[in-house]
Amino acid sequence: MSSTESPEMLLRPPFRPRNAADVRRSARFASALALIGGLSACQSVVLDPAGDVARQQGDLVVWSTMLMLLIIVPVMALTIFFAWRYRASNAEATYQPDWDHSTKLELVIWAAPLLIIICLGALTWVGTHLLDPYRTIGRIDADTPVAGNVRPLEVDVVALDWKWLFIYPEQGIATVNELVVPQGRPLQFKLTSSSVMNSFFVPAMAGQIYAMPGMETRLHAVMNRTGDFAGFSANYSGAGFSGMRFATRSVSEADFAGWTARVKSGATGMLDRAAYLDLEKPSENNPVAHYAAIEPDLYGAVLDMCVEPGKMCRSEMMAIDARGGLGKAGIRNVAMLSYDKYGRQASAAANANPDAATRRELAWVRALCNQQPGMAPDNTVAAPASMRSLTGAGLSAPQSITLDDSRDHAGPAAPAHTLLISRN
Amino acid sequence: MEAVDHSHWSPLLGRLWWDAIPTEPIVLATFAAVVLGGLVVLGALTYFKLWTYLWKEWFTSVDHKKIGIMYMVLGLVMFLRGFADAVMMRIQQAIAFNGHDGYLTAHHYDQVFTAHGVIMIFFVAMPFVTGLMNYIVPLQIGARDVSFPFLNNFSFWMTTSGAVLVMMSLFIGEFAQTGWLAYPPLSNLAYSPWVGVDYYIWALQIAGVGTLLSGVNLIATIVKLRAPGMTMMRMPIFTWTALCTNILIVAAFPVLTAVMTMLTADRYLHFNFFTNDFGGNAMMYVNLIWIWGHPEVYILILPLFGVFSEVTATFCGKRLFGYSSMVYATLVITILSYVVWLHHFFTMGSGASVNSFFGITTMVISIPTGAKLFNWLFTMYRGRIRFELPMMWTVAFMLTFVVGGMTGVLLAVPPADFVLHNSLFLIAHFHNVIIGGVLFGIFAAINFWWPKAFGFRLDPFWGKVSFWLWIPGFWFAFMPLYILGLMGVTRRMRVFDDPSLQIWFGIAAFGAFLIALGIAAMLVQFAVSIRRREELKDVTGDPWDGRTLEWATSSPPPEYNFAFTPIVHDIDAWTDMKRCGVERPTEGFRPIHMPRGTGTGLILAALSTAFGFAMIWYIWWLAAASFAAIIGYAIAHTFNYKRDYHIPVETVAATETARTRQLAEAGA
Amino acid sequence: MQATLQAAKPKASAAEITAAFYDLNEHDHPEGGSTMLGFWIYLMSDCLIFAMLFAAYGVLGGNYAAGPGPKDLFELPLVALNTAMLLFSSITYGFAMLAMEKGRAGQTQVWLLVTAVFGAAFLSIELHEFAGLIHEGATPMRSGFLTAFFSLVGTHGLHVTFGLVWLFTLVVQIARKGLIPANKRRLMCLSLFWHFLDVVWIGVFTFVYLLGML
Repeated sequence: MSSTESPEMLLRPPFRPRNAADVRRSARFASALALIGGLSACQSVVLDPAGDVARQQGDLVVWSTMLMLLIIVPVMALTIFFAWRYRASNAEATYQPDWDHSTKLELVIWAAPLLIIICLGALTWVGTHLLDPYRTIGRIDADTPVAGNVRPLEVDVVALDWKWLFIYPEQGIATVNELVVPQGRPLQFKLTSSSVMNSFFVPAMAGQIYAMPGMETRLHAVMNRTGDFAGFSANYSGAGFSGMRFATRSVSEADFAGWTARVKSGATGMLDRAAYLDLEKPSENNPVAHYAAIEPDLYGAVLDMCVEPGKMCRSEMMAIDARGGLGKAGIRNVAMLSYDKYGRQASAAANANPDAATRRELAWVRALCNQQPGMAPDNTVAAPASMRSLTGAGLSAPQSITLDDSRDHAGPAAPAHTLLISRN
Repeated sequence: MEAVDHSHWSPLLGRLWWDAIPTEPIVLATFAAVVLGGLVVLGALTYFKLWTYLWKEWFTSVDHKKIGIMYMVLGLVMFLRGFADAVMMRIQQAIAFNGHDGYLTAHHYDQVFTAHGVIMIFFVAMPFVTGLMNYIVPLQIGARDVSFPFLNNFSFWMTTSGAVLVMMSLFIGEFAQTGWLAYPPLSNLAYSPWVGVDYYIWALQIAGVGTLLSGVNLIATIVKLRAPGMTMMRMPIFTWTALCTNILIVAAFPVLTAVMTMLTADRYLHFNFFTNDFGGNAMMYVNLIWIWGHPEVYILILPLFGVFSEVTATFCGKRLFGYSSMVYATLVITILSYVVWLHHFFTMGSGASVNSFFGITTMVISIPTGAKLFNWLFTMYRGRIRFELPMMWTVAFMLTFVVGGMTGVLLAVPPADFVLHNSLFLIAHFHNVIIGGVLFGIFAAINFWWPKAFGFRLDPFWGKVSFWLWIPGFWFAFMPLYILGLMGVTRRMRVFDDPSLQIWFGIAAFGAFLIALGIAAMLVQFAVSIRRREELKDVTGDPWDGRTLEWATSSPPPEYNFAFTPIVHDIDAWTDMKRCGVERPTEGFRPIHMPRGTGTGLILAALSTAFGFAMIWYIWWLAAASFAAIIGYAIAHTFNYKRDYHIPVETVAATETARTRQLAEAGA
Repeated sequence: MQATLQAAKPKASAAEITAAFYDLNEHDHPEGGSTMLGFWIYLMSDCLIFAMLFAAYGVLGGNYAAGPGPKDLFELPLVALNTAMLLFSSITYGFAMLAMEKGRAGQTQVWLLVTAVFGAAFLSIELHEFAGLIHEGATPMRSGFLTAFFSLVGTHGLHVTFGLVWLFTLVVQIARKGLIPANKRRLMCLSLFWHFLDVVWIGVFTFVYLLGML
């Protein structure tokens, strides 16, 4: 055990910004050592990550463990001691076969775990709100708040069978199985999936969040170090799941600009709807691929499940439903809604060679709606302006679940209807 | 990916065709071994003319003790299957490095981990727990049987029917490749088109009927059939935990039934419960399945908490410390287990307040659990602890379970869960509590009550060999998984690309090897004990200086359990009787009213297996016929009003006199 | 608390102690003493299945998938008639129970059959409604709303169907054995079941039909 593990350290609340970064680092290492001896030797990316969000989450792991060890260690020690002391062969030990109650002891055995849980519950409440993945990053690291004018880099993530598609709307490029991010810039991920549930996880950067079809989830993070890290799906999604890995490269701002320029000038083509539908077909262990340009709205269309021509966007469907549906008039029109219920590929095939009835329906859909993807409500939670609340002080509890619809959305003819989002 | 076309369908056989026979060599070899082994067993049963005996004395018996033992046998057999799956996974993960693809295809490996989870929970832990409750509860409350003896037999065979379907999937078709909870959309028809998920659904549905009815049965038994004087607060603690477990079963399993039915409707009738399109909602499935799934965890562990309480009090020679605190802790856990389900998916985008709420409710459960641990601790305090095998398993449980409990509370902290969810840390955690809690408890219970069930003790030497292989085996197998989880390794991976992980998987595989030896030693222990049963014989019926009523009768107990129903004045009723020097009544016997055995349960369950199989393979004529047969047979059964008989007073007197003589010889 | 008896009666004879700890004068337990409790517990578990279906309807009930909604599909007068049928059947079942209490087997059977007529009328109207919907194309496959609607109402209908099968079985059993205790117990269980379905239907009528049409 390290000498830095002083009582003073144990009493200090977590998350308090401290001055000397190296002290913090060694303290964290000491804690990690206390957690599992020698674990630091095996490169625990969870306890020593490269991103500030993952770092705070890792710290919380350590702090929670320490808190619980306060009661676990005595219990284990007492178990062994009592087992040894009151063994039948020890005639010296007191034997009280009828002693079965002590109000004082009962109070202690209920109160001790209760106290620990009160502390841990407070830690949980604060930590959960501070580290809500929907919350924008308020700080780059413990000593650096995010400047007011910094816009986060948006990356739209689509989990496909069985690879990851990363769309950079700002840069107008896209990649498959490669995530490149600039170090020190806040990142905003919007995530969805084309078919089944996956979980987007770069342990070095931040905790995971599910990517689910027809729903959007969000994640905010920042990378504090440059380097190559592992990213993968953390939720089993079928036969090619093991190969759903992507390289995550954290690079300097300059290198990021260079990389972006290289991808844009590359001869790798445009990711339009047709190319997406081709990419979306199940495949395993895909190599890294780049797209020099993307069709605008592609991510929105994926989220809205209307990349294929002739499909009613999910947000349009929900807007119609909110008005009470289309009545009996819409009853037979099902091809426009078919996404994957009868098999993903079956649906695509039917649309490639529409019969007369399907053509009529497609015309009807076109007349009915503009097949524009809708906008998911921006349910991002803004990080507070003051660093003070980042330590948990004055944190107002339920603010993070208010849906902030007041933000104006850029983009052409954005319908004002909402999309099913994974937020309850 | 092999592109096998399974779209064939014929009216006679449905989807069933030659392509349903798996081609994986491992499966074929297992198939051959099972067929040969099965033939040997069947041949032996026929040769030794055991069929009639088995049918009359066991299969059609409504005696809760025999049904309990059959449940335990079912659990043990399925445990070997589930463990074989575990070994296959450990080997695959230990070798699939550096571009090596391992020895299992994705199609096979994904079935293995799904089957492992399903089997271990539904067909190992559940039968073990139900079997224990079945055997012990009526004896502990001084009853002659359960409230609905026929239903009990039926429940057992329905559980077995589900297990049979899971085993069939190994050799005919495939099992689900979805993970043990089969989240849609993956488990829906579009992404799992063949029979795997259907096997999963029907096995769980049919076994679920058995579990639910057994829950109803045991609640009614505990509420209605307690011996005179046994108020609720004088019930043995194991009976208390059994009561709470069965309340949980009755209040949770219908949710599973409902959600499985919805998935069935989606898959068979193209309904839209969990589809991506047409207004379905896959997250509803995730919520509903965990509203069942979390109470299920406590269904498994609560009875074992009861076992540890009985064992600790008995082997410390001391009253259980804090009986009422123990009861309230159990009740609190029962209730709280319904308000924590969301902690299984913090990472699906719930708001921070929702996540905090469910995180904190989860932590709150650790308070009554902690209180229980302290109660065992203070039962040991100032006791006279005899370290027989049940007590050894109990101490091992206390030391192991606290670690699992700690990591569990850690996972309840949402931000910590974001980095640990679905990782091998989670896998290590729940194996830590399920093996360290449920399985160690089962082992303690088997060693504790075996003499009651069979009249002789288990051989302690081989039991200790098994114990000392299991304990390090467990730590070797699962500590590396904790570490791997902290290294950011996720679950259900088939191949790895980071060579630095391999050493840890190697250690875990070594742990699995030790556990395999531990299981082998346990089987040897059973075999050796049966062979040496005369030396290990216990004629007193009370080999451990027990405290509750099951030790008041002979070992094994007579069919009617108690010739005279005991009257209870204290929590430790039998200790009380021993202290007061109560003499067994040796005359004045009466005929005893008992339920009659029936084959209906087995026949209905067999028909259900046929129905499930027909539904899985789309053999509609067989499905219709077997369903009609189930209904018809069930109705016909209700026309049989002669369901009971009296054990004649001569038989009772003869049995009890033999027992008196036996006790006298033992005393002399 | 332990050894209370010893403390209370220090000089008790061995026979007295035995009598204090064993019920030496025990009578047979009346058969089926747990049946009503057991059946009640089963009903509560069944109630949970309906709760899940109601929950599913709550989640999916607004997802019309650009198709028809309740106002386009439901005919309240028909449903009102249907509800009346089921309520009447509950009343007539009550009369059957009254007759049973008086020990009049024949009267019980008649009232049971009247109940069956009402129950069958209920089912026929429901099937008529379903057939009309499916004929129009409003199948359960069409939308999440229709999926949840057909599942909830259909599950209730299946329960009524099984109730009818059970009812006819009991009519035959009363004919064979009369109002013996076992048959009375079964009649009481079916009574619980039948009224339970009534209560569930009130929920369906209110939450699905009435609120859907408002």
